[in-house]
Amino acid sequence: MPDLPLALQFAWLIPALPFAAFIAVGLGVSPLSKRAAGLVATLAVAAAALCAWLVAWEYYGLYPPDAAHPAIVVWSFEWLPYDAGLSASAGVLLDPIAVLLLVVVTTVSALIHVYSIGYMGGDPGYGRFFTYMNLFTFSMLGLVVAPNIIQMYVCWELVGLSSFLLIGFYYSKPEAVAAAKKAFIVTRFADLGFLIGILLLGFHGHASFAELAPAIAPEAAAQGVANLQAFDFHYLTHPEVLARLQAASVPFLGLSLLTLAMVLVFMGAAGKSAMFPLHIWLPDAMEGPTPVSALIHAATMVVAGVYLVARLMPAFAASGDALAVVMGVGVFTSLFAAVIAVTQDDIKRILAFSTLSQIGYMMLALGVCSPAHPLGYTAGMFHLATHAFFKALLFLCAGAVIHAVHSNNIWDMGGLARKMPITHAAFLAATLAIAGVWPFAGFFSKDEILLAAFSSGHTAVFAAALLVAGLTAFYMFRLYFVTFWGGHRGPHAAHAREAPAVMWVPLAALAAVSAVAGFVPIGSFVSWGEAHEVPHCIDLRIAIPATAIALLGFALAWRLYARDGAGAARAAAALGILYRTIKRKFYVDEAYLAVTKGFIFPYIARPIAWFDRHAVDGGVDLAGWITRTTGRLCRRLQTGQVQTYGVWFVGGILFVLLLLWAALA
Amino acid sequence: MLEFLAAHKPGHVEWLLLSATLFAIGLYGVLTRRNAVGILISVELMLNSAALNFVVFNRFVAPAACDGQITAIFVIAVAAAEVVVGMAIFVALFRHRGTIDVNRMNTMKD
Amino acid sequence: MGLVSWLIALPLLTAAAVAAVPARRWRMIRWIAAAGTGAHLILTAATTVLFWQAAAPDAAAMEGALHTKLYLVEQAPWFKPLGIQYYVGVDGLSVSMTILTSIIIFTGVLASWDVATRTKEFFVLLLVLVTGVFGVFLSFDLFLFFMFYELAVLPMYLLIGIWGTGPKEYAAMKLTLMLLVGSAFVLVGFLAVYHAAGLRTFDLLALGRAEFPSDFQKWVFPMIFVGFGVIGALYPLHTWSPDGHSSAPTAVSMLHAGVLMKLGGYGALRIAVYLLPEGAKAWALLFMVLTTINILYGSFAAIVQKDLKYFTAYSSVSHCGFVLFGVASLNFMGLKGAVIQMFSHGIMTGLFFGLIGMVYSRTHSRMIPEMGGLGKVMPWLATAFYLAGLASLGLPGLSGFVAETHVFLGGFFGNPWVDAAVARTLTVIATLSIVVTAVYVLRGLATVFQGPIVNPGFERLTDATWNERIATGLLVAVLVVVGLAPWPFIALIKGALMPLLNRVYQ
Repeated sequence: MPDLPLALQFAWLIPALPFAAFIAVGLGVSPLSKRAAGLVATLAVAAAALCAWLVAWEYYGLYPPDAAHPAIVVWSFEWLPYDAGLSASAGVLLDPIAVLLLVVVTTVSALIHVYSIGYMGGDPGYGRFFTYMNLFTFSMLGLVVAPNIIQMYVCWELVGLSSFLLIGFYYSKPEAVAAAKKAFIVTRFADLGFLIGILLLGFHGHASFAELAPAIAPEAAAQGVANLQAFDFHYLTHPEVLARLQAASVPFLGLSLLTLAMVLVFMGAAGKSAMFPLHIWLPDAMEGPTPVSALIHAATMVVAGVYLVARLMPAFAASGDALAVVMGVGVFTSLFAAVIAVTQDDIKRILAFSTLSQIGYMMLALGVCSPAHPLGYTAGMFHLATHAFFKALLFLCAGAVIHAVHSNNIWDMGGLARKMPITHAAFLAATLAIAGVWPFAGFFSKDEILLAAFSSGHTAVFAAALLVAGLTAFYMFRLYFVTFWGGHRGPHAAHAREAPAVMWVPLAALAAVSAVAGFVPIGSFVSWGEAHEVPHCIDLRIAIPATAIALLGFALAWRLYARDGAGAARAAAALGILYRTIKRKFYVDEAYLAVTKGFIFPYIARPIAWFDRHAVDGGVDLAGWITRTTGRLCRRLQTGQVQTYGVWFVGGILFVLLLLWAALA
Repeated sequence: MLEFLAAHKPGHVEWLLLSATLFAIGLYGVLTRRNAVGILISVELMLNSAALNFVVFNRFVAPAACDGQITAIFVIAVAAAEVVVGMAIFVALFRHRGTIDVNRMNTMKD
Repeated sequence: MGLVSWLIALPLLTAAAVAAVPARRWRMIRWIAAAGTGAHLILTAATTVLFWQAAAPDAAAMEGALHTKLYLVEQAPWFKPLGIQYYVGVDGLSVSMTILTSIIIFTGVLASWDVATRTKEFFVLLLVLVTGVFGVFLSFDLFLFFMFYELAVLPMYLLIGIWGTGPKEYAAMKLTLMLLVGSAFVLVGFLAVYHAAGLRTFDLLALGRAEFPSDFQKWVFPMIFVGFGVIGALYPLHTWSPDGHSSAPTAVSMLHAGVLMKLGGYGALRIAVYLLPEGAKAWALLFMVLTTINILYGSFAAIVQKDLKYFTAYSSVSHCGFVLFGVASLNFMGLKGAVIQMFSHGIMTGLFFGLIGMVYSRTHSRMIPEMGGLGKVMPWLATAFYLAGLASLGLPGLSGFVAETHVFLGGFFGNPWVDAAVARTLTVIATLSIVVTAVYVLRGLATVFQGPIVNPGFERLTDATWNERIATGLLVAVLVVVGLAPWPFIALIKGALMPLLNRVYQ
């Protein structure tokens, strides 16, 4: 597409800048000067953010709001030529969700980079930290702009790697190392599903490629796909292709091929987005530095799964059953995680479970989506964006608090509202946003999700989502009251001080966004399918019950936690075993350990190793033993005694003579 | 007995049988004796059976010539030399190891 | 003497130069070896460029070709009555393997900088061995091929038996005997092919024009394939590998796992599939099953290993399974994946074994549970180790990803001679290895390099020296370059693979 605005032609700069900074900081700058490392890394991401805003501006200049928003590929080159029709290109695809994510990711990342300059200052791994952060930002942006499923997978793995590196950033701490390993292995297991899904899509997509591609190629070429391949999203989400895939059945549970493939792809999405039952890595991932938790494990990487589902929305919707799986998992996780969040004591873990719950919400929104009711798509993406801001803010505030009191346990905090006024205000803004109080951003996005569930006829889902909204308000205000109200409990809480400017300025910026982002008329920018009516005004049927239940949660938290939490302890004691089960996160981790350490290692790996040493290698040694034994037996004949040989010799001659005689006779 | 012998002058078959018997006894001795001197004696028996063959064939095949008898004398001479060398080795061995049992002469094995 | 002959002769000449130096000047010896192998690297680069220029115009013609096209050919009769020639040249496959070998031997020499016992003999044998390897990759006469093949295998016995560690005599004996059994199969297969063609020539390309009856191919193919499979660690003939690799000295492990194991995949492609495509079709299913076992079995066995070298050796068994799996899947992506995996695994495992040697020379231990927190004192080595580990678990951006996705796609697309559902099921089973590999790599590396320093003695250990930095840096750079920019490498080997493929689908 040669006649593109300049900003779009150079959209590749957005991922390229952090990548260049990653190389430069990792190899050159960081060993030379630590200060420069943070500065270069931050500047690169800030420049990328600037580019992203420009790109958004130009994209919506090209395709104005309330019009159709095609997915255009503005730049690409052939990266990995597998086979004819199966090349994977590296490129930049822009459509509303990609543009939205570009803006969100770069902005949040830039703010968190600024914050990290303060937060990580004095850490011996300062340069390494920024190297990894840039690697992450690059990979995440590459994932967002992926024009084909292979680039998606590549960047998917790379964000997993950066997450692994950053969780294990404090590598001499055994818990951090264990958490990093766990995160990588659990998500890798999920990616196995993604990979098999890609294989299925690639194989069956390619099977009809020769037939369908000529029809699809001109259409794709108009959107910048010069050389259409079977892995391209333009091909994979085309209705003709999806109809073929849906018609094909697989010899597995009688599923349609499309459903099987999409469920497998969703397995990858669920792993990255920490959906039940693959959520176990996320709470442990909080071992990483707090800016990491804010950027990767709250705002951006963990929503990659949501983004993947949105990216492949036509395919999920064409399958139908796969989308129902997305919805079911989303609903369950949001409820499950919200319940656990109520009982946790570690500030970051509470926020982690809250993240799980909110991502479940987004999945739920996508899950209730259908061509007839596409509102969920808009709502899910909206919530993704607002959540990125207020959840990052919550984590950064938590980081500031942890910095001040040297503890993660909320019962070591208390009374911080007076000591840290800015942090307190920012945290309160974010709490109001996530609890869904008007006019904060969460109110709008959450309402839209509720509306999507309600208007598409999923009443049960709507009810569950409402319950989650109440729980969210409860646990968030519990956290807020315990941390900022009451007396100073921990040893450091009494002399906590406000964070330095380099840390609180990003907080203020994020708080401002969290407060006003809800007013963006998102429906005009992000929508799926045919142009449709997205309500720009508040639907009171939804807003009133949602606000009511949020207030209920707030009131309960006030009642139990505003002063000392003794009431809460009594309530916990009354719940007994139920409370303990929830507090231990329903023993899911233990179940996993039982399967891996209790079954796979001792009953699969060890027997195989034993079998190899004793059976297979034993076979080789047996061959050697047989040879040696035969040799030993033959050696008996070789006594070295001439007389023995003589006996054999004479015996042999007699035998031959006997034969000759018999032959002649 | 004497009359019988006078009446039945041994022919070449009888002589050859004698020689074969001598050879067989010698061979048996070589294969079974454990004493080196015994083996040597047995070898002598075999050599003598061969010498006897030469004489017998000389007598019955070409009585005019004496090649066979000359060869027999050679055999006897060579056998004598061999006994000398052999006994010298055995004496040396006996001095060195205190035995001339051939079963124990296996130091080159293994 | 042409460039290709120089590629074979240079290591031998270096060996001669080393042999001429008095043994007590062992410091000089290693410099000579480094200079010789460094010069070889330059020579290889020149060959690659010349090959690239010569082969580029033929790219389109090779698409439908049925016969391998050689470049930089040198040919001379050697023993006319039997039709044996000195016949060397390059195509994409041999160029890629030559690059691999040249890199590994150069870094291997740098990694054996501190071999102080019988330095002279060590380097002479190492260089003779690598002469054999280059000979195998560059010769196109079966007899010459076999001669070089034996030359590559036999010095291994002495290298492991003399400079090894642990039960080295046992390991050396086992390795040599198993490989010789393999080469006996190969020899019988070669002679059968020679005889059946009736051309009185060992010329591979000429034999490629002969017609072999289908029944003949069906019994000779498995013979040659299994023969090469022994050195390519085909299950269940892989057991020389854990013992051999763990007992061998660093450079030998590097060379053996990095290059010699590739002779298996190379021979299987170059000779078995090229000459006997009908046989390959007939046996595709069996070998797909065996190599799937290879892939998973090796990775599961690696989980519980305590010794870093056993750990890497089992991981090699798993990764070499990918090579043969790619070959057995008999389609373009599979074959391409097999070659990329040969290259990638060669570099990666060379890096692994080199690093293990470097760590061992500091800690004097290879037992994973005895180590911990080493990343703090040796960040360079830890980073390189992690990169090798990440490449082995197929992380995008490193070469392992390119290879593994090719192989998986190849297996999944399958071929007409294996039932589609079976091929896909086997591939899905094989993909499980990406998880298992992640488990053992991360467990192993996290234990060794992360966490607190377990032994106060480790506090004093030092990071990589200059020669170690060059060696590991070069290997890491190759992993990254192939991982980030795979298309030139794919273009390099494509022309060599098309004839193989066209013969199968003819």
